[in-house]
Amino acid sequence: MAFGINVNGTSHSVDVDGDMPLLWVLRDVLGMTGTKFGCGRALCGACTVHLDGAAIRSCLFPIAKVGESTITTIEGVGATPVGRRVQAAWLAHEVVQCGYCQPGQIMAASAFLTRNPHPSDTDIAGAMAGHLCRCGTYLRIREAVKSAAQSRETAEPRE
Amino acid sequence: MSNDGLASAAGASEIAVSRRSFLQVAAAASGGLLVSIVFPGFAKRAAAASDGDFNPSGFVRIGSDGSVTLTMPYVEMGQGTYTSIPTLIAEELEVDLAQIRLEHAPPNEKLYGNPLLGGVQATGNSNAVRASWQPLREAGATARTLLIAAAAKRWGVDAATCHASSGVVHHAASGRSAGYGDLAADAARIPAPEKVTLKPAASFKLIGKPTKRLDAPAKVDGAALYGIDARPHGVKVATLAQSPVFGGRLKRVDDSAAKRIRGVRQIVRLDDAVAVVADHMWAAKRGLAALELEWDDGPHAKLSTQDVARELEAATLEPGAVAQSLGDAESAMASAATQVEATYAVPFLAHAAMEPMNCTAHVRKDGCEVWVGSQVVARAQAVAAKAAEVPLEKVIVHNHLIGGGFGRRLEVDGVARAVEIARHVEGPVKVVWTREEDIQHDMYRPYFFDRISAGLDESGRPAAWIHRFAGSSIMARWLPPAFQNGIDPDTVEGAIDLVYDLPNLRVEYARVEPPGIPTAFWRSVGPSHNVFVTESFVDELAVAAKKDPVEYRRALLDKSPRARAVLDLAAEKAGWGRALPRRTGLGVSVQHVFASYLAQVAEVEVSDEGLIRVRRVVCAVDCGTVVNPDTVQAQMESGIIFGLTAALHGEITLKAGRVEQANFDSYPVLRMNEAPAVDVHILQSGNSPGGIGEVGTSAVAPAVTNAIFAATGTRVRKLPVAASALKLGA
Repeated sequence: MAFGINVNGTSHSVDVDGDMPLLWVLRDVLGMTGTKFGCGRALCGACTVHLDGAAIRSCLFPIAKVGESTITTIEGVGATPVGRRVQAAWLAHEVVQCGYCQPGQIMAASAFLTRNPHPSDTDIAGAMAGHLCRCGTYLRIREAVKSAAQSRETAEPRE
Repeated sequence: MSNDGLASAAGASEIAVSRRSFLQVAAAASGGLLVSIVFPGFAKRAAAASDGDFNPSGFVRIGSDGSVTLTMPYVEMGQGTYTSIPTLIAEELEVDLAQIRLEHAPPNEKLYGNPLLGGVQATGNSNAVRASWQPLREAGATARTLLIAAAAKRWGVDAATCHASSGVVHHAASGRSAGYGDLAADAARIPAPEKVTLKPAASFKLIGKPTKRLDAPAKVDGAALYGIDARPHGVKVATLAQSPVFGGRLKRVDDSAAKRIRGVRQIVRLDDAVAVVADHMWAAKRGLAALELEWDDGPHAKLSTQDVARELEAATLEPGAVAQSLGDAESAMASAATQVEATYAVPFLAHAAMEPMNCTAHVRKDGCEVWVGSQVVARAQAVAAKAAEVPLEKVIVHNHLIGGGFGRRLEVDGVARAVEIARHVEGPVKVVWTREEDIQHDMYRPYFFDRISAGLDESGRPAAWIHRFAGSSIMARWLPPAFQNGIDPDTVEGAIDLVYDLPNLRVEYARVEPPGIPTAFWRSVGPSHNVFVTESFVDELAVAAKKDPVEYRRALLDKSPRARAVLDLAAEKAGWGRALPRRTGLGVSVQHVFASYLAQVAEVEVSDEGLIRVRRVVCAVDCGTVVNPDTVQAQMESGIIFGLTAALHGEITLKAGRVEQANFDSYPVLRMNEAPAVDVHILQSGNSPGGIGEVGTSAVAPAVTNAIFAATGTRVRKLPVAASALKLGA
């Protein structure tokens, strides 16, 4: 059946089965390949996108459950203040190596910082531990998340 | 991929710039300047080929629009190659890194063969910078010299009074300047210099500076394209099941349920695999799950890891091929004051790159087109030609960024598979392996079994060292000419070339291929196994000699000042000798592999339940001249975490011929909450560059297990570390 979905502010209509995971709708139907396939079982986090700003694993999230919610992917997260800060921090800390897991890492980090703007190291490790990186960029991810949080404090007064 | 060749033989002049490489300079078809490199050993073949239909691509092309294009012979898989190699060119060419545009090299072993890998067009063995260090700087310097000469000629001034910077030639006395694009056509008509002088290290502007990665921006906004992101027009998506037992055959398929699934287009039966072709991956996955499959498991139906281990252990009871023999190890052993013996074992390991195996192929009647991320693009072309049964020149390969290689993408089994499937499909098809298929049909780091002994003199120094090990040889299959007299140079690296003064040493290797288990290169290759064994055993010798592990090693390093320097620095920075809490210890390792020296000190805490916490790894590295210190730092962090995954978690086992692990739950990868702090200290050096992509991995396992010994008194001789053996009172 046809589903209307809003991705990065653009509305699309896709004619697929309701149990089709969002990941494959994005990659194979809409051609948005920034969101990555890693494990297919929500074990690695490479497929992370935002549903109304919260991180979800798109490899197991059926299209029928999206409803009226808006979806943000790595292609669109730079349009949000927190996404922009996280991407900038990723570049400043030279986080990426092969880069394949990084869209998921960035989506997870930006949703996390929205929820917890002033995290401790333990908070960061807890939030990001479900996101695998085979190149082992964890130390830089942690520093980048911290500096993205701090740049928020510099840029905007605390609420 | 643009393929501007040498415009004509008349426009080209071939000159020998150095004994290491040949440069060819010519006008580019587009009207600019083209500089190609031909490596020794390949020069003759390339020269012969250029008389015929061979149309070589250039390494560096300067367009009349001022663009500088570098055809990258080495692929980017995370190690920073797409930044370090352009840095070498830019340094001598006098352009800014931002001015350089990169192209993936097309398959062409004559032009892009790696001189350090037997001429195979391969990115591996931590040698991209080593192989490029001299020739790419020479290429840059040659182009710069010609561009300056062109400007000098135009202005009627002495070339020595001109200089270049940021892609512009200046004549300071007259204030004149001209851009490279404006000069390129003229430069191509000037005979290339016989000799170019390379900058001394003191004049480097880019080399040695922490340059930002050129590939990073596209990797943080989703724009970067990996092989799995290829979407040629009309592409279908397929996923597959290969025989669950290696060497088995597909016996029967009932696809009636699968065919009813919406989006499923076609079921492709192969001799030993089946694929479901669909509109998208979800339909393909559901279709695959709906197939009823019957397999003939073949000769390896009962194989288990224990069988392999037993066979390898038995092989070490017989003499192997002698890989290294110094002095008289037997006599020295017989007359030693003390003898120490041990056996070690390391498991099969999967690569588990984050980008699952995939390849897109379009087979037409008269040719074949392939989209893939490959460490060996010419081999990808060759295997596609064979599988499609078309001539090599009818195969176009589009190489891509690689979402983790680690050796897996030095193999082309996935390309062959995709083409076999594509032969049955109208239009292009992207074959994507599920994670389970990726883990269970990997080509694995081999299992090794080691028997090692040493004889100590009265002072505790090793007077004799005898090491014999058995396992698969990758080189014997991958590059047969490199396998000589029973010795595989990769498999013995790290065992035959120890940093220590060992006057009487014998190392033997027995090649034993496990039946029905494919093996392949895995990050740090031979050293991934040998450094664990040798550095653990040196630690055992220190204990037998009742000496401190750092002091014991130090006393054996009189002839290796670079090794001693990294050991001293790592020990100092780690606070070696300081008091530590209970069940916490420091462990050290030293190695010289991939032409770099490395020492690591790991700080490890072992809980009463036997759980391991690696708190910190201090790493001192001397990799010769550093091109990008931030990349060296990043690769140390990366290699250490990759090696920790293996040391603490990594193990592929087989039961009834089947791989027991399937996804990241049964084949865990180190997570952020397990990652130690990593302190990297780089020694200043004027030596030629050494490799950095793999060295961090091999050094970390023995540093950690030696620390576990320091913390608990238990020696770990088999990986991965078993928590049960480290329980208090175990």
